[in-house]
Amino acid sequence: MQLQSMYQDIILDHYRNPHGRGLRDPFQAEVHHVNPTCGDEVTLRVNLDGETIADVSYEGMGCSISQASVSAMYDLVIGKSVTEAMHTGEQFMTLMQSKGNATVAEELEDDLEDAVAFAGVSKYPARVKCALMSWMALKDASARALSSPTGGADA
Amino acid sequence: MTRTVSRPAGAHQVPLPLDVEAIRADFPILSRTVRDGKRLVYLDSGATSQKPTSVLDAERWFYENVNAAPHRGAHQLAEEATAAYEAARTTIGAFIGAPENEVVFTRNSTEAINLVAYALSNAVTAKEPEFRRYAVGQGDEIVVTEMEHHANLLPWQQLCERTGATLRWLGLTDDGRLDLSDLATVVNERTKLVAVTQQSNILGTINPLGGIIARAREVGALVLVDGAQSVPHQPVDVTELGADFLVFSGHKMLGPTGVGVLWGRYDVLDALPPFLTGGSMIEVVRMERSTFMPPPQRFEAGVPMTAQVIGLAAAVEYLQRLGMENVLAHEEALTEYALAQLQAIPGVTVIGPPDTVARGGAISFTVEGIHPHDVGQVLDDLGIAVRVGHHCAWPVVRRYGVPATTRATFYVHTGYDDVDALVEGVREAQRFFGVAPSDDEGATT
Repeated sequence: MQLQSMYQDIILDHYRNPHGRGLRDPFQAEVHHVNPTCGDEVTLRVNLDGETIADVSYEGMGCSISQASVSAMYDLVIGKSVTEAMHTGEQFMTLMQSKGNATVAEELEDDLEDAVAFAGVSKYPARVKCALMSWMALKDASARALSSPTGGADA
Repeated sequence: MTRTVSRPAGAHQVPLPLDVEAIRADFPILSRTVRDGKRLVYLDSGATSQKPTSVLDAERWFYENVNAAPHRGAHQLAEEATAAYEAARTTIGAFIGAPENEVVFTRNSTEAINLVAYALSNAVTAKEPEFRRYAVGQGDEIVVTEMEHHANLLPWQQLCERTGATLRWLGLTDDGRLDLSDLATVVNERTKLVAVTQQSNILGTINPLGGIIARAREVGALVLVDGAQSVPHQPVDVTELGADFLVFSGHKMLGPTGVGVLWGRYDVLDALPPFLTGGSMIEVVRMERSTFMPPPQRFEAGVPMTAQVIGLAAAVEYLQRLGMENVLAHEEALTEYALAQLQAIPGVTVIGPPDTVARGGAISFTVEGIHPHDVGQVLDDLGIAVRVGHHCAWPVVRRYGVPATTRATFYVHTGYDDVDALVEGVREAQRFFGVAPSDDEGATT
């Protein structure tokens, strides 16, 4: 069965025991993203300490892929600068566009850590959006946080 | 919600009215395999149906033999194309008991509903007094229901935004039916139009239209029936129906994409201004002002989707050969079996009527502990095509407090083996995600 390639144990672990879940204060920006084709949603907050992502907190409902993705993203971006986090987001996007190409996944493994487990999702175009939703929300929220009056100030 | 699960009474296979094996041979796509050689179990006809060879042949016949723009030109091909196009209109009209001059071809049901909605607001500013009869404005009300497909909701929301009219709706009961307790107040003397589906695309409910239409008649409101899920699956006769409009899509009834039908009572159609304007629909055109053809041509601007219309007529003939009573009975038998089998699985909850009373073959369900996308993914891996999500009826899933559902829909080529595959697939999803309840569990919460 090909399903194992999509639903890696790492993904199912994140789904069942999500990291960083829940909405927390303080934050400079909150966004709400939905996937209109399926109704999956995420509400995501970003708390910046200067340029550094001090916290990402979230609530959401959706499939295992979308919920595991936001959990894995949480692990990857906390403590990184916004620029670094966006670079990681681009790497994740590259992985999602790889259509199951193992070489791409191998090259990104060190940078993407647990998130490289989503390589199998890239073979299923209908599910790629599920994996990307939280990253889109982070990009949106980070941009707003940086441009907010208190953004980048002491949080 | 607590539901006792016992061995279902309907879990036996009565002989099916249709010869599934013979019918499958008519559908080339059903012989392909998916996901590494698995038989295609197509349970997504509610989204779009597969096409029999006779429909594909009809389209090919048109392009290879008579392709020309109908209602234009005096050459032989144009004559033959016009004759074929109009013969198809007669065939398709007869399928719903309608004369050909009441059959308007549109792109699909969505466009047909938009046509009516825009005609009602175009009526407000129409220069011709005869086109203002059904004008909608401030103080008027449009009534829909909470179970409508977005296609029969958004055009009315937008009409109200354009005109200042008010949108009202009939709610739903917990078992997936229309709540008609406030029908007499929701449909009142301010109501200009009632738009209601005959068969819910997500719940499967077949609505009791008689009472709704009678109430609309009392207050002088128009009635539009969304037949996208009923016309393909049950006999529908517009005279018996008693509505003013009926819309349906070709691609959901074995026909091609890109063709749908707006049926309208002739006197109503004749009092409506056009929606789209351009070639074909005109009487006299001058630089300052133009006049329009009578229905149905008034509503068919531009060169029509001729080949698709001819394909749809072939689909209608295919369905007529099977007999719509048989199609209905076939799906009822499958639905009874599937409802019994699915509801026997601990953790499965059907969203919609739990039995076959006034119910079609769209079965939406949730599986406790597994998101519908993930259920659909496991089924897909087994070669089973279902629909997951909100099924273009977001208010419905919200009403029942679920983020989405998995939906299986049946058609003429569906057999018990397809239902068995679905049921086994749901159990496999439970095993895969580690939520399979033990066999001795008697109830789910």
